[in-house]
Amino acid sequence: MGEEKKILEVKNLKKYFPVKTGVFRKTTGYVKAVDDVSFYIREGETLGLVGESGCGKSTTGAVILRLLDATDGEVIFGGKDILALNRREMREIRKEMQIIFQDPYASLNPRMTVEEIVGEPLVIHKMVSSKKEKKEKVVELLENVGLTADQMSRFPHEFSGGQRQRIGIARALAVGPKLIIADEPVSALDVSIQAQVINLLQELQEEFGLTYLFIAHDLSVVKHISNRVAVMYLGKIVEITGKYDLYDNPLHPYTRSLLSAIPLPEPGKKKERIILEGDVPSPVDPPAGCHFHPRCPMAKDICREKTPVLKEYTPGHFASCHLLDQ
Amino acid sequence: MEWQEIVYKLLKNKISLIGLVIIIVLGLIAIFAPWIAPPQNPDQPYYIPRAGWGNEPKPPSREHIFGTAEGQYDIFYGIIWGSRTAFIIGFTVVGISSLIGIILGTISAYYGGWIDEIIMRVTDIFMSIPFTIAAIVMTTILGRGLGNIMIALITFNWMSTARLMRSQVLSIKNEEFVQAARALGANDFRIIFKHIIVNTIFPVLIQASMNMGSIVITASTLSFLGIGTPEGYADWGQMISYARNWILGTQGNALKYWFTVLIPGTAITLFCLSWNLIGDAFRDILDPKMQS
Repeated sequence: MGEEKKILEVKNLKKYFPVKTGVFRKTTGYVKAVDDVSFYIREGETLGLVGESGCGKSTTGAVILRLLDATDGEVIFGGKDILALNRREMREIRKEMQIIFQDPYASLNPRMTVEEIVGEPLVIHKMVSSKKEKKEKVVELLENVGLTADQMSRFPHEFSGGQRQRIGIARALAVGPKLIIADEPVSALDVSIQAQVINLLQELQEEFGLTYLFIAHDLSVVKHISNRVAVMYLGKIVEITGKYDLYDNPLHPYTRSLLSAIPLPEPGKKKERIILEGDVPSPVDPPAGCHFHPRCPMAKDICREKTPVLKEYTPGHFASCHLLDQ
Repeated sequence: MEWQEIVYKLLKNKISLIGLVIIIVLGLIAIFAPWIAPPQNPDQPYYIPRAGWGNEPKPPSREHIFGTAEGQYDIFYGIIWGSRTAFIIGFTVVGISSLIGIILGTISAYYGGWIDEIIMRVTDIFMSIPFTIAAIVMTTILGRGLGNIMIALITFNWMSTARLMRSQVLSIKNEEFVQAARALGANDFRIIFKHIIVNTIFPVLIQASMNMGSIVITASTLSFLGIGTPEGYADWGQMISYARNWILGTQGNALKYWFTVLIPGTAITLFCLSWNLIGDAFRDILDPKMQS
């Protein structure tokens, strides 16, 4: 990759959801869904963001797109802190940043035809001047994602999950974005369809020079598509590095246990599984010190007291773990 | 589900078909009222002509095929023109109060926070007042007349729609397709109309259909109590009110004045029943759990 331009830089991003209880809805605590997260994505690359459900990875995506308001931090896109933009300025940014959702059954309006769904962004941003032009553009977009023009007048329920996801991708592409946040785009699909959609995303990346933030909970899918991978645990990034580095030389104990859970393709071959004890602690009241220490097989006293910070251990390989300092 | 499919299923369902047929017949009667029962005074067609000044109702005869009510009001004329009154009250009251309910419920749920809090507390206050009593008090204050009845009914009829709409919008506003529209840069107006309302409107339509009958009954109640439409106005509730003194008939012949109650009563019952049948069938069609 080298020294390429950073298209997106997230600095100390925080998203706390207030927990309200009682008759007067007093705020009694916060769910720290995203707790001081920093990372960047270079132009044209794919950053995989992995973690188990509830770790805040989808919230991170939603905050970057301002679908949710951040509590604190900066999201720098195209040289501007987009969290500080007003509505009109943000509308312009939305042309450059799009999202693909997880559930293809929920992400398409059931009462709109495919033409209306894919054409909506064109109408919103006044990118077409006539109905004919809109139609032509929609056909082009559908063909880009492997659908055909004659499917244009149908409704979403007439399509399969994979086809619906393609419609969602076509909608995201309509505005000609530079960055696409793919929020678990294949986890709701059959394994056989997953590969097709992943391949489509890669083809589109080459064709249109897209940059992806690829959110997933499945390391094997992420390995296939990403250049770099960030691992999240309980609202924090615990490790971030190039994918080969991550898979061959994981530093954080959490990453190691995740990697040990990937099934091997060869039957009969056994590998050492690191099984984590207990559940993910509640983000309302995360453990003191390192969030991972209650489940970490190697936790020491310092882990219970001090919160580790993300440090660079080998070039481009960041991790946050006290044990690495010793 | 699409409109064509819903219409097709409504026509295929026997119960809703009965309801639709009754409504269409009543609708035709209302539309062609000037031909079915030509008014004697074209300036005031809604006032029932009187065949004399006698008090005692007269049974059906050649000139008055449904007989005459107390005060010699022609029952046939009252029924025909009363159908117009029923439709006017039903459509206006249900239409306007549903619209108010849809707007308030949507705003309340979509924006949330203190807006939601204020709208819902006002709704609670209105809901805490018994509907019929509120309508009676308000028409007493405003005075008799069709317009005043409708204002009173609208004032106390929008709350259930607002609540229903609010719950519908709440359940859908965080759906991914709404998020997608937001990510695309759609404004609130577009999101509400193109994405939220079209996906939440059907339960409201069902409720409105069910509501048509009960609103006309309440309007009739007001007329029956003598605080509804003005004296002599073609209104089914008024017709029944004229029967009030004659319901028991005479000594030894309890059913002597049957026509004064039965004919307007049948009209009201058919009207309400048919709207309920349509609403019921509508609900069955749209309820995914009922689909085989």
